[in-house]
Amino acid sequence: MAVMKKKGGKEVGAISTASLPDVIFMILFFFMISTTMREMTAKVKFELPKATEVQKLEKKQLVSYILVGEPSTLELRAQFGTAPRIQLNDSYRELPEILDFVASERNNLNENDRAAMTISIRADRYVPMGIITDIKQELRRAEALKISYAASQGE
Amino acid sequence: MAGNKRKVQEVNAGSMADIAFLLLIFFLVATTMNKDFGINRVLPPYQEDQDKEMQVKERNLFQVLVNRNNAILANSEEIDLSQLGARVKEFLLNRNNDPELPEIEIKDIENLGRVPVSKGIVSLQNDRGTHYEVYIAVQNELTKVFNELRNDAAMKYFSKKFDDLNEDQQKAIVAAVPIAISEAEPRQIQR
Repeated sequence: MAVMKKKGGKEVGAISTASLPDVIFMILFFFMISTTMREMTAKVKFELPKATEVQKLEKKQLVSYILVGEPSTLELRAQFGTAPRIQLNDSYRELPEILDFVASERNNLNENDRAAMTISIRADRYVPMGIITDIKQELRRAEALKISYAASQGE
Repeated sequence: MAGNKRKVQEVNAGSMADIAFLLLIFFLVATTMNKDFGINRVLPPYQEDQDKEMQVKERNLFQVLVNRNNAILANSEEIDLSQLGARVKEFLLNRNNDPELPEIEIKDIENLGRVPVSKGIVSLQNDRGTHYEVYIAVQNELTKVFNELRNDAAMKYFSKKFDDLNEDQQKAIVAAVPIAISEAEPRQIQR
């Protein structure tokens, strides 16, 4: 009976996959537009503090990042310990190197844009302020006065 | 037969989806979402002579200290973070011209005319052991107060919200309500 019924029922045609590439392309274009290239891999673990009064950082090419936090992986922790570290570009650096870092970042910019250079401090929420204060002092010395404390939106 | 041969064969588009998938996955892995938000600040220029302190009248200064236990001291009184905003606002506004609260200066500002500008300064000091999270929370509270004051001023002078003003008007409001947060040189704050 069941077999008979099946034979008699309408056959369901295979779903056409002809438009699948179009759908995928659409998703692809969405991602191409709404994302930016990853510039560096974080070697420090950081969970940004939350704040409500945050502003979006415009003009990504004018922004340089300073990452602060504990080494992120077990191997790094075995090598460097668990004290918070400063990451510039792709490696851990010491405080005095911030001066050079700022100078080289500034050199990479167009002359008209140099005054608008912003340093974004992306630090873990549990680091003590001592290290942040030291960074701020170095930035003042490097004359990079526009800074932004990175925070995620929310209460 | 000969006619058939000349006909260009249609390209098989069956693998198009796979190619698109590959590209999609590449972009998913190699890019990040734009989620750069932060609290913007301008640091004071570097001074060789760190002992030189800015001379500010006592009534114009509102001191916020955050110690290593993350306790907040506002004008030598321990308060909760939730109270800080209201205190700072009261201090900056000085509605009743209290001689204990900051002076109000009448300034001539382009597009606004002569408007009162508070001379109050919020001095923020933290210990080296203060948690970054608490420091950001305090900064956030202070920013909130200044944003509110700017919005109020924008409403009063232009009947619009600060964000809806044009560039010149925003400049005028910024001059009328400057962000007066002074981050003094770090020092060890005892309890």
